[in-house]
Amino acid sequence: MPLIRNGQPLADPWTMVADDAPLPAGAAIVSLARWLRDRDALLGRNQPIGIVLPPDQAVDELGPDLDRLGVVALEFRSFRDGRAYSQARLLRERYGYTGEIRATGQVLRDQLLFMERCGIDSFVLPNDSAVTAWSEAIREISVWYQPAADRRTWVVAARHGASALDGCAPAG
Amino acid sequence: MYRYDEFDHRLVAERVQQFRGQVGRRLSGELSEEEFRPLRLMNGLYLQLHAYMLRIAIPYGTLSARQLRMLATIARRYDKGYGHFTTRQNLQFNWVKLAEVPDLLADLARVEMHAMQTSGNCIRNVTADHLAGVAADEIEDSRIWAEIIRQWSTLHPEFSFLPRKFKVAVTGSPRDRAAIAVHDIGIRVVRNGAGEVGFAILVGGGQGRTPVIGTWIRDFLPRAELLNYLEAILRVYNLLGRRDNLYKARIKILVNAVGADAFRAMVEAEWATIRGGALALPEAEIARIRAYFAPPAYRALPTVDLASAVRDARDPAFAAWARTNVHPHKVAGYAAVTVSLKPHGGVPGDMTAEQMDALADLAERFSFGEIRATHEQNLVLADVEQAALPDLWRALGAAGLATANAGLLTDIICCPGLDYCNLANARSIPISQRIGQRFDDLARLHDIGPLKIKISGCINACGHHHVGHIGILGVEKHGAEAYQVSLGGSGDENAALGEIVGPSFSADAVVDAVETIVATYVGTRTADETFLDTYRRVGLKPFKEALYAAH
Amino acid sequence: MTANRLSDGAVVYFDAAGGWSLNFAEAATVSDRVAAEALLDRAMPAVKARLIIEPYLMEVALDTDGWRPTRERERIRAAGPTVRRDLGKQAEGFGFKG
Repeated sequence: MPLIRNGQPLADPWTMVADDAPLPAGAAIVSLARWLRDRDALLGRNQPIGIVLPPDQAVDELGPDLDRLGVVALEFRSFRDGRAYSQARLLRERYGYTGEIRATGQVLRDQLLFMERCGIDSFVLPNDSAVTAWSEAIREISVWYQPAADRRTWVVAARHGASALDGCAPAG
Repeated sequence: MYRYDEFDHRLVAERVQQFRGQVGRRLSGELSEEEFRPLRLMNGLYLQLHAYMLRIAIPYGTLSARQLRMLATIARRYDKGYGHFTTRQNLQFNWVKLAEVPDLLADLARVEMHAMQTSGNCIRNVTADHLAGVAADEIEDSRIWAEIIRQWSTLHPEFSFLPRKFKVAVTGSPRDRAAIAVHDIGIRVVRNGAGEVGFAILVGGGQGRTPVIGTWIRDFLPRAELLNYLEAILRVYNLLGRRDNLYKARIKILVNAVGADAFRAMVEAEWATIRGGALALPEAEIARIRAYFAPPAYRALPTVDLASAVRDARDPAFAAWARTNVHPHKVAGYAAVTVSLKPHGGVPGDMTAEQMDALADLAERFSFGEIRATHEQNLVLADVEQAALPDLWRALGAAGLATANAGLLTDIICCPGLDYCNLANARSIPISQRIGQRFDDLARLHDIGPLKIKISGCINACGHHHVGHIGILGVEKHGAEAYQVSLGGSGDENAALGEIVGPSFSADAVVDAVETIVATYVGTRTADETFLDTYRRVGLKPFKEALYAAH
Repeated sequence: MTANRLSDGAVVYFDAAGGWSLNFAEAATVSDRVAAEALLDRAMPAVKARLIIEPYLMEVALDTDGWRPTRERERIRAAGPTVRRDLGKQAEGFGFKG
């Protein structure tokens, strides 16, 4: 399945590794469970490491280790399951995570914009036509009624300029 | 009232285009029905029994005459000449065609209206007190805050796929006319000891399958923190609300499962991390929105005692109407008027295109061009000069909009039920029609006094039956329609859930049951007792005995 | 077998000729579970062709006037709203007379 990051299609440098599979050479993404079990060994490889954060696990689980993780993959097990939007914002805004946040699972065209606003910057898409649609989907709306992880200027700031927001420190 | 600026206009225009694309992709086969359904629902488009239904948002129920005229035009152009006002201050059209919906939305956008988030598992249209701005007991106009919440919640990237739908209501008065206690979040404007205006916050109320009166989790929230605090509540709910069972997914179930204290602690902890952050409301924005709700140019008029004026009215029909449908106003010489959408034998909440046009004209003539929709499925002209009341009454009467029953037994809240709705188990409109016909005697209605009947055609409780003084719930029993009756519910500041009286009634018997309940009340009441007073004094037992005596 | 038309949501019935009719009286009927399940398969081309959505089977019973839906919900779908006899199929001359 095609991967895009920051709007560009690219060959996936990461390998998703099942819990019972041996680790390949190079960058690997493992489950949170495997990370919690084999943390020291995984770090000891001195290879890029990422994890899959399931929607029912708190972002706090990763807290102190976040800067060692090259990618946090979030799961949209169904497009109806919106927990990963909150996880993404917490990663970016609360924990200041600057690595890749990847959307996996049911990643539909009409949700890409919401995902992107919440700080998700890479998307595993179902097919190549979805790659073309990405750039359209992301531009359909240009007015933001709320600040989010993308730091686009929200309407209240645009209406009043930065001076009106003095004393309102940005979150995160 | 609020007017769109360039940003609001651009957003709605872009949303119409986005939806046009979604409809196009559905019609071309690029999207399956499965994929399209959540997209159409997020724009208020349902598939009902006979056709598509479009639910249009009327934010906090406020409409201009120009908007009401556009709704009339849309009723003629895209529907069958009428619309239906709902219990959430929205308007539904029952017969729209899929391919025409984008054009309909473009017409709506021309008058600063939309259908965003009137369905789906997102933050729904925010409701408020229909007497906002004119009620004497008000601390502040609730629509200022409802508009601020409307904007924040629109296309919110984090909260568009919540476990379940999410409803917010705001009241600016201690007296609750917005039923905030049965909302996912209820907000009451309050003043603290230092005289500052802020909010008391209630969570976890709701109706539906598991009716719950909400719990207060904060006595005073500084007003600049409103959106940060709402964001904290929504984030806790989005992450922890149940998603495995549709019927246990509302926030009330989460609050109940973890306990109100633990829930409050989670919200406060989340708030602590974002307090004062990017969402803190600048004074300039609060002032900008408030300016739109500044009072209209009232004339200086002598104070009139409304009650005695009504008593002295020569025309008894006018006096009867004025007694129930005219309400005190905070400005001397003015009154607020309920425009009844409950003619006896009619469909509660339905309004023809001709009536919409007529009322738009009357609003311009008598009430600064503004109309309010109430959660009780009536409309309100909020700023009428008392001296003009007789003229207004005659004009409303000519349009079939002057039934003198506001707050009385035939002012029934009623969902569309099985006549239109895909979820319903039984019809609800015919029951309200038969009750209207049975009690079609104004003198008797006025003698019975304030009595709220609320009818739902299924457990989802769109007809608010849990909080009806008399609640009626339609069920399907052995393939036939049957009706469960409950008593003692109330949706105001003393909110209570009704108690079920016993086994259900057939469609024929339920009107007789209402008659028996009313007779029991009339036979039991003391001098000035309302139905609810009597019920609270004597309890369920005498009603139950009267209803099931023959069995 | 009944469904709604994609374009306007109108109620339609699978008829004996294999098409979709607005008229309940033209609905094909089958009398056993196996034949009924087979009917559902025959709806798939119309779903794929974006003519109809959400096809399902409904139960009918024979009475003196002919076939009749056993559930109130289906009688209302076949006729139109009972509170607005001037609207829906009943107003267009082919509504089921319940």
